[in-house]
Amino acid sequence: MLRRYLRTLGRFWSAAVAAEMEYRLNFVLATVNSLGQLVGSLFGLSLFYTNGADLGGWRWEEAMIVLGLATFLEGVSSTFLRPNIGRIVEHVRSGTLDFVLLKPIDTQFWLSTRNLAIWGVPDMAYGLAVIAYAGHRLGLPPRHALDGLLPLALALAVLYSLWFMLSTTSLWFVKIHNVTSLLRGILEAGRFPVAAYPAVYRVAFTFVLPVAFLTTVPASAVLGRPWPVSTPAACLLAGGMVMASRLFWRFGLRSYTSASS
Amino acid sequence: MNAFLGKLRTYVAVSYAEMLEYRAEVVLWVLSSIMPFLMMGVWMQASQGSQADLGLTPTEFARYFLCVFLIRQVTLVWVIYEVERHVVEGTLSPRLLQPIDPFWRFFCDHLGERLARLPFLIILTALFFVLYPAALWCPSLRSGLLAALCLAAAFVLRFIMQYAFAMVAFWSERASAIEDFWFFMYLFLSGYLAPLSLFPEGVRRVAEWTPFPYLIYMPAQLLLGRPVDLGHGLAVMAVWSLVFFGLYRLLWRAGLRRYSGMGA
Repeated sequence: MLRRYLRTLGRFWSAAVAAEMEYRLNFVLATVNSLGQLVGSLFGLSLFYTNGADLGGWRWEEAMIVLGLATFLEGVSSTFLRPNIGRIVEHVRSGTLDFVLLKPIDTQFWLSTRNLAIWGVPDMAYGLAVIAYAGHRLGLPPRHALDGLLPLALALAVLYSLWFMLSTTSLWFVKIHNVTSLLRGILEAGRFPVAAYPAVYRVAFTFVLPVAFLTTVPASAVLGRPWPVSTPAACLLAGGMVMASRLFWRFGLRSYTSASS
Repeated sequence: MNAFLGKLRTYVAVSYAEMLEYRAEVVLWVLSSIMPFLMMGVWMQASQGSQADLGLTPTEFARYFLCVFLIRQVTLVWVIYEVERHVVEGTLSPRLLQPIDPFWRFFCDHLGERLARLPFLIILTALFFVLYPAALWCPSLRSGLLAALCLAAAFVLRFIMQYAFAMVAFWSERASAIEDFWFFMYLFLSGYLAPLSLFPEGVRRVAEWTPFPYLIYMPAQLLLGRPVDLGHGLAVMAVWSLVFFGLYRLLWRAGLRRYSGMGA
């Protein structure tokens, strides 16, 4: 069962990468653009420190780790999440979701993994490079990176569930290209440690929108700072959100009536 | 001349009516650019928490970034994506048959959309002041008028720059890649992330010769009633507008000869 899914995943992704390879120039352009964006983000962040302010007690290198994580997640979402969302909306609009439902494979799995865009790869690489550089500057032993793996996995689970739940709303609204911009807003907010925001924002980013879980928690783990929430609570939240995304999809599917059939 | 203005008015009216159909989308477009409010929060906190002298109080930061948000909304331009689509799909052809340069149709589309966006901007601004009454201020009539002039110039400059880049669509299918890159420069040098007064001296000197600070920072300063070197700003904007206008005419003539009306 698991092997069958893994094999299918391999086929999906190799087909997607092969298709993307037709447009190599686009990949080069994406690499250059991502670099420009990274330089600009670092400049924007450095303005706080050149003017003598600090972000809620986070030092420059520490804040860089948060920015690196945000860049990495941005890359993950443009590689794995964004290319699929357009397809989901399109399937619902034109009624071809019928065919997907009939396939002998889990529908959520199919919808979430069918496509892949390699544009996000440069962002992922730059993000990791920034984290490595900042970690080196701080003199962190490399094994500290391992401490960040669990919270990073949780962050990816939270990001994925959030994205899939937002995509599910297309079953009712059909037109939700704007969902991607909401997701981007959340990632943009994650470029700064949560402590850098005023109290109202902090509450919203911890309890309403899971911004804190995406970047601040993994960064805190790497830096050995106390987490804003405890480990079991974070695990519970991530697990709960994955479950919720599944239940929400099942629930949404009940109101799917296909199109013109 | 009258006939020309009549055509423009019709274009604006058509695009306004079209946009009214997509009111919900317009609201979402407005809400999707929340970055200034994030920067507002971080800078307010930074100016409150630390001992550093940033030259602005938290309230001033709030006002500044509200201005940034509004200016960005008012001067939004996306014409390159439209031109690219029309050239690649060949739908530019019917527009070429109309007895007016296609430039104006695109220009009026933006104006019409702006009219549809305006009510939401007013509501959002009112809501902002309800939530944060301490930030309420009213620019003087003089600085308000100057800011309006500056905004109009900023919009025209942004539009001409992007339209000139859009001409590359005659040669390449990915003209928008240039705009993507230009857009980052715009975000980082225009005062979108922080007021230019906080930039390092060297960066600010260089930025003052680029068109970017005059697209956001200068109108924001005017609205806030702060001293501005308006003459220098308008001169730099005029020069850049002329440069990009020349570039646009040059590329338009050459490109039109290459245009084959794909798919038509």
